[in-house]
Amino acid sequence: MHDFEAVIGVEVHAELETQSKMFCSCQVLDVTRAEPNTAVCPVCTGMPGVLPVVNRLAVEYALRVALALQCQVAPVSVFARKNYFYPDLPKGYQISQYEYPLARHGRLLILTTTGERAIGIRRVHLEEDTGKLTHVNQEGQTYSLVDLNRAGIPLLEIVTEPDLQTAEEVRAYAVALRSVLRYLGVNSGDMQKGVLRIEPNISVRRQGSQEFGTRVEIKNLNSFRALERSVAYEIQRQIETLQNGGRIIQETLGWDEGRGVTVTQRVKEQEDDYRYFPEPDLPPLTIEPVWIEQIRQGMPELPVAKYQRFQQQYGLGPYDAEVLTAEKEVADYFEQVLAAAPQASPKVVANWITGELFGLLNQAGQDIATVQISPQALGELIQLVVRAEINQNSAKLVLEEMFTSGEPAARIVVARNLTQISDPDQIADLVSQVLRDNPTQVEAYLGGKEPVLKWLFGRVMQAARGRANPQVIQGELERQLAEMKQG
Amino acid sequence: MTLTREEVEHIANLARLQLSEEELALYRGQLSAILEYFSQLQVLDTTEIPPTASVLPARSVLREDRVRPGLNREELLRNAPEEEAGQIRVPPVLD
Repeated sequence: MHDFEAVIGVEVHAELETQSKMFCSCQVLDVTRAEPNTAVCPVCTGMPGVLPVVNRLAVEYALRVALALQCQVAPVSVFARKNYFYPDLPKGYQISQYEYPLARHGRLLILTTTGERAIGIRRVHLEEDTGKLTHVNQEGQTYSLVDLNRAGIPLLEIVTEPDLQTAEEVRAYAVALRSVLRYLGVNSGDMQKGVLRIEPNISVRRQGSQEFGTRVEIKNLNSFRALERSVAYEIQRQIETLQNGGRIIQETLGWDEGRGVTVTQRVKEQEDDYRYFPEPDLPPLTIEPVWIEQIRQGMPELPVAKYQRFQQQYGLGPYDAEVLTAEKEVADYFEQVLAAAPQASPKVVANWITGELFGLLNQAGQDIATVQISPQALGELIQLVVRAEINQNSAKLVLEEMFTSGEPAARIVVARNLTQISDPDQIADLVSQVLRDNPTQVEAYLGGKEPVLKWLFGRVMQAARGRANPQVIQGELERQLAEMKQG
Repeated sequence: MTLTREEVEHIANLARLQLSEEELALYRGQLSAILEYFSQLQVLDTTEIPPTASVLPARSVLREDRVRPGLNREELLRNAPEEEAGQIRVPPVLD
């Protein structure tokens, strides 16, 4: 088992979320919800006598991704026909790019438990999506239904070098790439809906060997979990097959989530069988340097840059920085809360967001985009804690109420009478009362059972209905007990 | 340049065509003749010429990302041999 290593590359297909399709003016719809065949025209349904025209915004989105992945953009790239016959492909070919893709030679930094690693990007190219097939099997009849809403939606293919070695790395790469696509506003990253499709190809070989083993490709993975599990399973399966004297055959596998195994889907057509040739209906795609420069100027700060800045500027650890920068909305939210709570440290603000707020969001199945608590409102709440106007426990209750009602913190604090009691006299009274009411525990403490102090603390806080300043309680308890010891 | 029988079968399979024995022989001859004709191009020395995808001037023609109405569904399905539930019905393609 230890003498084998896995060699993994990843091919990603990301639909580009433009308004109209790649080569025609049909609307790009959510194909999982739209009525079938309602965004179609003679171009995307392959009628004779029509011509494709390239969508400028799709090219711009592709260039954003290419630049984010630090690729070299080709001044001239060429569309090509990939020929195969399948009912989801109305023309009998897919317009893609082959020998001369839009961009090459990029890299993407990934974060794993063993640290940061750069994964090589071999190529980024533009193509069009295919239609959607539904297979029907009822009353002894089997047939397929074709919906062409998806046919012609702009599709970006992003291919890595075979640089990945473990299931964890594959997942980290997918997470990082999805984050980049979302930051750039070109793809929602929704794997369930199939707008982002991640297909790893895997082979194994004896450690140190220079040759590649036979590789298989896994398709139809609709979550990061499925991606990671299927890769781990497949590596293991290939190693065991080889150890038992078997052979790996080149094929496309699907993932059976229920059983946790990969299953054969189809034996792949050979590359030659696609009979690629330059698309005669489209001129080569020329990209002027000035266009690239314009796009470069408009690029947002990307996840990795933000991740590094959050550590340097705010002194956050790698974990907090990663969690806060995975989604642009969360990163922006964090910085806005920080601005609204100038007396709080970045770490405290990070904890409120990744701990308390994320907890509430998870429970409610919501995300930051729909939360009722504005960053300013959360900032105000944190300020109340920092200024000791309410204590941590009360603040959690206030946050819960803000989450459901959307009311500002100050109003909830007044309405629920949560203002922190810091008055030493008032707390001294509470402490004496508790000590009088619990002579056995006091005895035990004075007799050397120190942990009882915690219990007494809890009693006092309870007596104050959670509102007392914890430092003042602690000080007063220790003072009165010390007095009793001496007296 | 003569195609083998296996090559013709393979090409027919890629095109999802089922050929009879007579057709196989007929197309083998015709396809070979076409290839033979095109192979005349091989005599040209192209070592100094960059691969050419188009003879048009290198200038992209791009359209703005605007939606325009296309076919309505009835128009589309009029071209379909069979339809069901607003979709084109085809023989099973599970493989």
